[in-house]
Amino acid sequence: MTRDEIKSIVLRVLGRIVPEADMQQLKPEQRLRDQLDIDSMDLLNFVVGLHKELHVEIPEADYSKLATLNGCVDYLAAHQTGVA
Amino acid sequence: MAEFVMPQLGADMTSGKLLRWRKNVGDRIQRGEIIADVETDKADIEVEVFATGIIERLLVRPEERVPIGTVMAIIQEEGKLPGVEALPIPAMTEVPAAPKIPTPAVLAPPSSAEVGGPRVHISPVARKLAADLGIDPVSVSGTGPGGRITMADIEQAARARKAAPAEAMPDRAARMRQIIAAAMARSKREIPHYYLSTTIDMSRALAWLRQENLKRSVEQRIVYGVLLLKAVALALCEIPELNSIWSNGKVMQCTDVNVGVAISLRGGGLVAPALHNTDRLTIDDLMKSFSDLIQRARAGSLRSSELSDPTITVTSLGEQGVEAVFGIIYPPQVALVGFGKVTERPWSSDGQVSSRPVITATLSADHRVSDGHRGGLFLSAVDLKLQEPEKL
Repeated sequence: MTRDEIKSIVLRVLGRIVPEADMQQLKPEQRLRDQLDIDSMDLLNFVVGLHKELHVEIPEADYSKLATLNGCVDYLAAHQTGVA
Repeated sequence: MAEFVMPQLGADMTSGKLLRWRKNVGDRIQRGEIIADVETDKADIEVEVFATGIIERLLVRPEERVPIGTVMAIIQEEGKLPGVEALPIPAMTEVPAAPKIPTPAVLAPPSSAEVGGPRVHISPVARKLAADLGIDPVSVSGTGPGGRITMADIEQAARARKAAPAEAMPDRAARMRQIIAAAMARSKREIPHYYLSTTIDMSRALAWLRQENLKRSVEQRIVYGVLLLKAVALALCEIPELNSIWSNGKVMQCTDVNVGVAISLRGGGLVAPALHNTDRLTIDDLMKSFSDLIQRARAGSLRSSELSDPTITVTSLGEQGVEAVFGIIYPPQVALVGFGKVTERPWSSDGQVSSRPVITATLSADHRVSDGHRGGLFLSAVDLKLQEPEKL
């Protein structure tokens, strides 16, 4: 799976959690929490959504690595086999 | 025979608009079943019925806005002859002389005056006319004896509305802001608040949570807010006067502990629906209910009992970086608990200073119902519960 494909999945999962937000406007280096006003329950739902889509089990200790869009893609790329 | 009335879903609600009936005349319904959808200024609500039987008549049409307490349907209760018996209403008795009330949910919807809203003096026929014409009696000045609203007043209000230039209906966010403003202003005006705060060492609770979540699949993980909610619920069992409502100048303790959770809505505003029987739910069940409640609150599919039943409110602004919350009580409740953010602080214990995660818990309470002494005991109880997370 390419980074673009991972990014697309991340945006899709985020879009289900914050449906009113325009995902195209997300700044990849800014914190998702600040841009989308998400809380710990949203973060958990995000992690659950990524797990369902990508089968990646993200431990709580790694949540901080998902702070930005780029951070998410980096993390998931590193933990997904066969990513370009 | 039972009446299904427009419920009062919070102290700030005076009327609601029927969006649709989910049942028809002749349908059999069960107590607790959702039979209608109602639009309020805060949200679209799924309204449950508190009787079991057969719907005999539907008295309100979809898109019709009616005042709270308006009879919307007549239900022929199972095993009862038509027209023989009204919907049973549990006695509300002043504390401490009487037993606790089961929960506000099973009471007939209180009048506005009971929950601190404006009292409406209006005859039944005028109320019916107001409902037919879509006039909210709260907005009408009565010219009858003692300010009572007459049919003529309603007709005059209807004519005035017709004559007035069309005014843009404010959007829901603006209306929500208005009603929150009204409810909070009334609370600050009428409720003598007192405030207490304490700092709680969260190291044990968070360590326990980390270990628990390590054992769990992603879907079964718990957020720390659930521990706070359970601790509050259990502490209320020890200091029950804070789990009460203030109605008609009297305090009534509630048997059920239904913690209302302040949930911010993404479009602005907030709701505080109840987690029913919070004290009796396991941590896992509480997590499921909490998650479900947040999702439904933000999706606009709350149920009527969730809005009418809270016996206390918990608000947490820690994720917004706030250190301490000194909130305003939501009437007719008599207390609100606030939590700030978990932050690392120097902590002295057994002669040793170390860095520990701590949280500031606050209590806003109604001085007509409790004193600082009891409020302090309540916060201590919350603290103690969080020191034994495995027992939550």
